[in-house]
Amino acid sequence: MLVSYEWLSQYVDLEGITPEDIAEELNRTGIEVEVIYTRDPGVSGVVIGEVLSVEPHPHADRLKVCMVNVGKGQILQIVCGAKNVAAGQRVPVALVGAKLPGGVHIKKAELRGIESNGMICSAKELGFPEKVLMKEQTEGILVLEKEAPVGGDIKEYLGMNDQVIELQLTPNRSDCLGMVGVAYEIAAIFDRELRLPMITETAPQYDSPVNVYIESEEDCPFYAVQVVHNLQVGPSPQWMQNRLISAGIRPINNIVDITNYVMLEMGQPLHAFDYDRIGGGQIVVRRAQEGEQITTLDGTVRTCDPEMLLITNGEEPLAVAGVMGGESSEVTGQTVSVLIESAFFDPMLVRQGARKLAMRTEASARFEKGVDPEQIVPALNRAVQLLCQLAGGVAGSEPVVHKVGDIDDIIVELRHERLVNLLGVQISQPEVLDIFRRLRFPVRMDDGLYEVQVPTRRPDVMIEVDLIEEVARIFGYDRIPTTLPWGQQPPGGLTREQKLRRTIRHTLRNMGLHEVLTYSLTSEQTEAEVESLEPQARPIHLAMPMSSEHAILRTTLLPQLIETAAYNINRGNDRVSIFELGRTYLTSEEQLEQLPLERYELAGVVTGKKEPSIWKEKELPAGDFYEVKGMLEALFTRLGVYGVEFRAARPKGFHPGRTAEMVIEEQVIGILGEIHPQLARKYDLEHPVAFQIDVEKLLSAIDEEIIYEPIPRYPAVTRDLAVIVDENVPVGELEEGIWEEAGELLKSVSLFDVFTGEQIGEGKKSVAFSLVYRASNRTLTDEEVNRVHDSVVAFLSSAFGAKLRQ
Amino acid sequence: MRERLEALSSEAALAIQQVTTLEELRELKVKYLGKKGELTGVLRGMGSLSPEERPVIGSLANEIRNHLDQLITGKEAALQAAALEEQLAKETIDVTLPGVKRNVGSLHPLHLIIEKIEDIFVGMGFEVAEGPEVETDKYNFEALNMPQEHPARDMQDSFYITPELLLRTHTSSVQVRTLEKKEGYVPVRIICPGKVYRRDDDDATHSHQFTQIEGLVVDRGVSMSELNGVLLSFIEKIFGEGTEMRLRPSYFPFTEPSVEVDIYHPEKGWIEILGAGMVHPRVLEKAGYNPERYSGFAFGMGVERIAMLKYDIDDIRHFYNNDLRFLRQFKTV
Repeated sequence: MLVSYEWLSQYVDLEGITPEDIAEELNRTGIEVEVIYTRDPGVSGVVIGEVLSVEPHPHADRLKVCMVNVGKGQILQIVCGAKNVAAGQRVPVALVGAKLPGGVHIKKAELRGIESNGMICSAKELGFPEKVLMKEQTEGILVLEKEAPVGGDIKEYLGMNDQVIELQLTPNRSDCLGMVGVAYEIAAIFDRELRLPMITETAPQYDSPVNVYIESEEDCPFYAVQVVHNLQVGPSPQWMQNRLISAGIRPINNIVDITNYVMLEMGQPLHAFDYDRIGGGQIVVRRAQEGEQITTLDGTVRTCDPEMLLITNGEEPLAVAGVMGGESSEVTGQTVSVLIESAFFDPMLVRQGARKLAMRTEASARFEKGVDPEQIVPALNRAVQLLCQLAGGVAGSEPVVHKVGDIDDIIVELRHERLVNLLGVQISQPEVLDIFRRLRFPVRMDDGLYEVQVPTRRPDVMIEVDLIEEVARIFGYDRIPTTLPWGQQPPGGLTREQKLRRTIRHTLRNMGLHEVLTYSLTSEQTEAEVESLEPQARPIHLAMPMSSEHAILRTTLLPQLIETAAYNINRGNDRVSIFELGRTYLTSEEQLEQLPLERYELAGVVTGKKEPSIWKEKELPAGDFYEVKGMLEALFTRLGVYGVEFRAARPKGFHPGRTAEMVIEEQVIGILGEIHPQLARKYDLEHPVAFQIDVEKLLSAIDEEIIYEPIPRYPAVTRDLAVIVDENVPVGELEEGIWEEAGELLKSVSLFDVFTGEQIGEGKKSVAFSLVYRASNRTLTDEEVNRVHDSVVAFLSSAFGAKLRQ
Repeated sequence: MRERLEALSSEAALAIQQVTTLEELRELKVKYLGKKGELTGVLRGMGSLSPEERPVIGSLANEIRNHLDQLITGKEAALQAAALEEQLAKETIDVTLPGVKRNVGSLHPLHLIIEKIEDIFVGMGFEVAEGPEVETDKYNFEALNMPQEHPARDMQDSFYITPELLLRTHTSSVQVRTLEKKEGYVPVRIICPGKVYRRDDDDATHSHQFTQIEGLVVDRGVSMSELNGVLLSFIEKIFGEGTEMRLRPSYFPFTEPSVEVDIYHPEKGWIEILGAGMVHPRVLEKAGYNPERYSGFAFGMGVERIAMLKYDIDDIRHFYNNDLRFLRQFKTV
């Protein structure tokens, strides 16, 4: 809502109150002021002149030589190029020394040998934006009213000294969609007098027929019309145009301007139908039929449905109720009679209709919040009054009013005790009563109970707590004290899962990984690049995505992590090691009916040049599989997850020979592997290694019990074991075999060497372990150790064909 | 004989003084004090002395032996110290060379802030509540006093999946779910951090996905002054002691009275930081709490906004682009 300071000052005493004061106090009491601006774009030295004569320029076809009276007996010769300049006009004249927007300075000049002492200005030269100009004002010089005072300051005359306060209204404050409502608010905040316009009903001089039939009273419980005859369509007076322009509305002609003016003044949208074009004064308000068409004022054919309300003449639709009028009954230059409509339409119908037709108009914005029923007839009266005063009209009928029932007084009760307790402030009863006086809410008080009659202009005030807010905002939120909650203090804290998710993230951070955060919405194409841990999951599609890039909910985190890795590599970040712990959205339904499963997944990507750990090392190649595997193993240890097996696997999106599933107790909890080279190439990544882990399965595998073992008192015996096996025998299986065969004396197995080469033989590899044996109750003898160790060797030989390396 | 002993003594002392290596010193020790050494050699001639002279010369010889021993020990220590010194000098390293690199990772700045905020509120007895991001219209809107076609729905244009299911536009939905789960039990003190989604074109100040933290307190006799107190204490912990805060009346369908909370920024002036209010009686009622017996307050903030303000970050997209040069800067909050 754009509020003209000049206009506002007509309705409320603003003596000593600046626009800045208004902004500050509105902000403090609940209406946000976006900005204050002046209508003056930097104009000075421009006055109103009267064109006395226009002669052709002797040396230029397109130029004219004008004699212009600029007041105080001064007559200037001005050369003008505008086609529309004519003797007798009142026009804006920039005198020598004048300034215009865009840094234009007017100097005395000679144009093709003829002296010119100033410039006759167009509206654009005075800085008017095109959207508030009438069509004829967008070309040529600006022609003013005949009554414009010669010699007067143009800024004063065109309202350019006005300041505009832009309100950012929340949806509950529809009362401030009209100047009168704003005036009530300002009067309450500053405790000032209101000076509202006097509105009277205009007695008719004709009795033209008007028949109103409302098909559904729920859709339109209140409908009022009146006929005005004898109109002379022309421009509206300058003061009215100025106020409309301040409010951001383009003046059109006196009839349309008056309907807009009353809407801006009282918050009640009006519509003027050309009475002679609607055929006999019959009005039927009804739902549209499926597919029914109407051409609206903007010249567009609109197709309606039964969820929209139409104003018709019984046959043809005349307007989409509350949204926009129809072209067929539009006010034109030939109009002499109008039917003015003022009504209450069901807010939800207007809202839906406006949205479906994609026509959010000044009218619909007001109707969809519910207009003040008390203002419907006064607004009609006001419009007729102005049409008679300013457009030569005479009332052609009585106001015809269709109303369902009476408007009941809305009484809301407020308990003083409740007010004090809910706000936690000390406020006296006289103070509360004074606030209601300022708000102009009639009130009766008895024994700590206020009976407040809420005016219909404030439909947002419905229950006790709304009154508490009204009192609080005028009282001042800054006067509410600061206390801490009393009562029982609960322990608070994080749940086990929340703590563990933090542990996972902090552990990976400590291992040098960077945490990232990617969007939950992704594209189908990206999503399909890597297989979800839940391959049956169907991606969930948005009904109306804003772009294909963010059209479905992810079922895996990895694709976007790969994109993030590529994003970083492309920007010169050589080494990328990133992870994310976030939700995936899983469903098996084709059409989502149940809420999907939202499951936390941990995923990461490591790629790029490895930074040497010390200056004298060479840059290491990017073989990161074992590095990432080590990180994950450390993470599992940190969490207390034991017995994770890594088994070769071939999921989509991964290198078929360099990928493992992580398995706990025969349940796959995640995937670790090199990204498939084709996919890696697409993103220009070198050997990226990635993982994705189902966090819930991981956390459920945590062994939280700690079984203490005494520190060993007897020494351990270490034996090395080097065997030669076929190259394709997994080391993990060898290790598993060692554990199984050795029994309880074996305390640890660590791999310390794997190599292939000529001396080993084609297709073979050498694998060397270090085995530690120990008993908890005695020192082991050589014989004992040998017995076990020999049996391990024998087992490896029989199970894997391993040969002991000499 | 006395003369010979004294000459031997001064000769040996001089030799010890001049020696430069431990090896030479050992040789000198053998030469003078060894079993076949010169001192022993001199003493071997004691037999020719008179019985009166013998003890005198004997004790003189012992004195000289002790004296020379001392000199040798002293010299030995000096030479050892010098040798060590020389050895260590050879071992000198350039202490200015860089250390062995350990990779230092980072946590995402939004998560750092969330953790900090969680910790602040946990300290005030709050629990952390979570809920689904794909929500029903009921929990996202209706239970929050925003029925179908409520104008306030315009404030939050949403991503619908079906007419009934959508991506939540705020974490307030978690408040309702939590209240329902608590079944009328008090006190309720929760905060709900999480991702939310609105139909906004991504630009420097808008993001179709962002992060919110909402809080909710429900108990008997909860007042707005307590909301004021809790928020002030939170803001001082996040933005520093003495940060000025002000409340402005505002509008949310699910709170009444509603407030916007501004903090004073030394360069930017008053800046809106969060929205809050007393829980609307209808919201309490729908969740099974009698508004005549219980009251409560709720607040909600955008985590990105707090991070941007705290670190002077100019573009919200940085949080989702994940450029490592951005992420690395956030070690702790």
